[in-house]
Amino acid sequence: MKMTKKIKNLNLNFGPQHPAAHGVLRLILELDGEVVEKADPHIGLLHRGTEKLIENKTYMQAVPYFDRLDYVAPMNQEHAFALAIEKILKIEVPIRAQFIRVMFCEIGRILSHILNVTTQALDVGALTPSLWGFEERETLMTFYERASGSRLHANYFRAGGVHQDLPGGLEDDIAKFCENFPKIINDLENLLTDNRIFKQRNVDIGIVTKDDALDYSFSGVMIRGSGIPWDLRKSQPYDCYDQLEFKVPVGKNGDCYDRYLCRIEEMKESVSIIKQCLAKMEKGPVKSFDGKITPPSKKEIKQSMEALIHHFKLFTEGYRVPKDEIYTAVEAPKGEFGVYLISDGSSKPYKCKIRAPGFSHLQSMDYLIKGHMLADVPAVLGSLDIVFGEVDR
Amino acid sequence: MKTLINLEKKINSELASKINTTSIKHNQIYIEIDKEDLIDVTLFIKTNKDMKFRQLIDITVVDYPEQAQRFKVVYLFLSHEFNQRMILSYFINENEVISSLTSIFPSANWMEREVFDMYGVNFKDHPDLRRILTDYGFEGHPLRKDFPLTGHTEVRYNEEQKKVIKEPVKLEQNYRNFDYESPWEGTKYIKEQTDENDKKN
Repeated sequence: MKMTKKIKNLNLNFGPQHPAAHGVLRLILELDGEVVEKADPHIGLLHRGTEKLIENKTYMQAVPYFDRLDYVAPMNQEHAFALAIEKILKIEVPIRAQFIRVMFCEIGRILSHILNVTTQALDVGALTPSLWGFEERETLMTFYERASGSRLHANYFRAGGVHQDLPGGLEDDIAKFCENFPKIINDLENLLTDNRIFKQRNVDIGIVTKDDALDYSFSGVMIRGSGIPWDLRKSQPYDCYDQLEFKVPVGKNGDCYDRYLCRIEEMKESVSIIKQCLAKMEKGPVKSFDGKITPPSKKEIKQSMEALIHHFKLFTEGYRVPKDEIYTAVEAPKGEFGVYLISDGSSKPYKCKIRAPGFSHLQSMDYLIKGHMLADVPAVLGSLDIVFGEVDR
Repeated sequence: MKTLINLEKKINSELASKINTTSIKHNQIYIEIDKEDLIDVTLFIKTNKDMKFRQLIDITVVDYPEQAQRFKVVYLFLSHEFNQRMILSYFINENEVISSLTSIFPSANWMEREVFDMYGVNFKDHPDLRRILTDYGFEGHPLRKDFPLTGHTEVRYNEEQKKVIKEPVKLEQNYRNFDYESPWEGTKYIKEQTDENDKKN
């Protein structure tokens, strides 16, 4: 007589509190033995209603909300919002401000990629990279602090430029960092790139084909890792990116390991971009001259009635933005970060939809993880580069 | 810019009966269609060899409560091949059900769930239309203009019941929305003056 046994698939809750979930992700996995049959991510545990809040704030007050989206690379998000307003208002940004913004965006990219590469290593069992990498992140965040006054939530970019000029000595220190940092990247690479365990855990895991990368709305490293050379800094250059030279690293196999390699190469490119910015940066104004958009300096307020009125109006009513509709996107470290802004002529946005790259990436979790082992879940999740600030908004 | 004009012409000639208006601004093409034509138009722009809008960037809704057709549904597309962006939109009434794009773009799944969650717009043929960003058991659609910023309920831990409970929002001070709008237009001559000064220097 034949014995039959019924086996039920096991449902496993991965998160909401799990060190490898990179935040508050509740992933419901359906397991057949150790093989994942289905993954259903439950997101929204960090939902703060950013878009609703922005609708109720003036354009200037809305900037800090962008820091709190992808909080490991805050200025990149501010950049998208600033660009959207600038395009509607048709303001020109002084060249020094453009270089400062691009430089800090690249610092943000390094910040984000260090975090991602090292935590991905942590997820698959390597502790040292994160200890080494986080030391460098700390240095970079002091640059943030010296320019904007805070390590994380910078609130530094404005429509028409940046809030204030760089303090003395900062440029030299960033240049010094650029000299030392490639060595740190090499150290990280020595630990990981040829590491047998790291490769076993990442090579051929979570493969994304070109077609699927397009269908699932991937962007950034997720699409480049699959061999599509698409970078908004090159294809739709904003600010002064068209004056800078850099390469776009592209992967071949579209697996976790290729995405890791892309990020390492991008960090090297970012260092080169920062160096170029420092070399090309000249003294000059850092924000638009238009008194209707840029608040006057303290000194002016003391002397000029006009400036005093402007100051008062800018910080109560805020500047008005004419009726328009626009979508602007920047190449944030995680992919295409976009702002779809509808203005109605008042001083508050009528609608501000934030397009976060991580949202589309996390959505594909089910497709990526199907047929993989349970232990591959953290590896794939790590290579997606998820930050819940932007996924949940 | 030139390619955009060509694209606009092409869309108008090939899809003439389905397109209401087209316009180009900010280096993007804006197209308005009717709700019924969504699937046809999307399939066309995705597969046509001169367009190849292979990527759906985002789906969102804009709420205009004072209009007869309350919601404007917006689709953002990107063509990698031709480096172009398209913004497709149409208006619907409050209780209308619209077609889902999930069969054409798998990534539409979560985007439509978000629209459903935030605006309460229903999608036909969507495989899994659940709330996505808000809490389990949440009521209402937060991004609608008539939804208050403070929300309707707040949560706290109840010591007697030993669980988290929901109760109506009680604020010590109401959320204040100041009216700063004034007829103040400022003057134009200042900017002109500074421009002139800049030229002189």
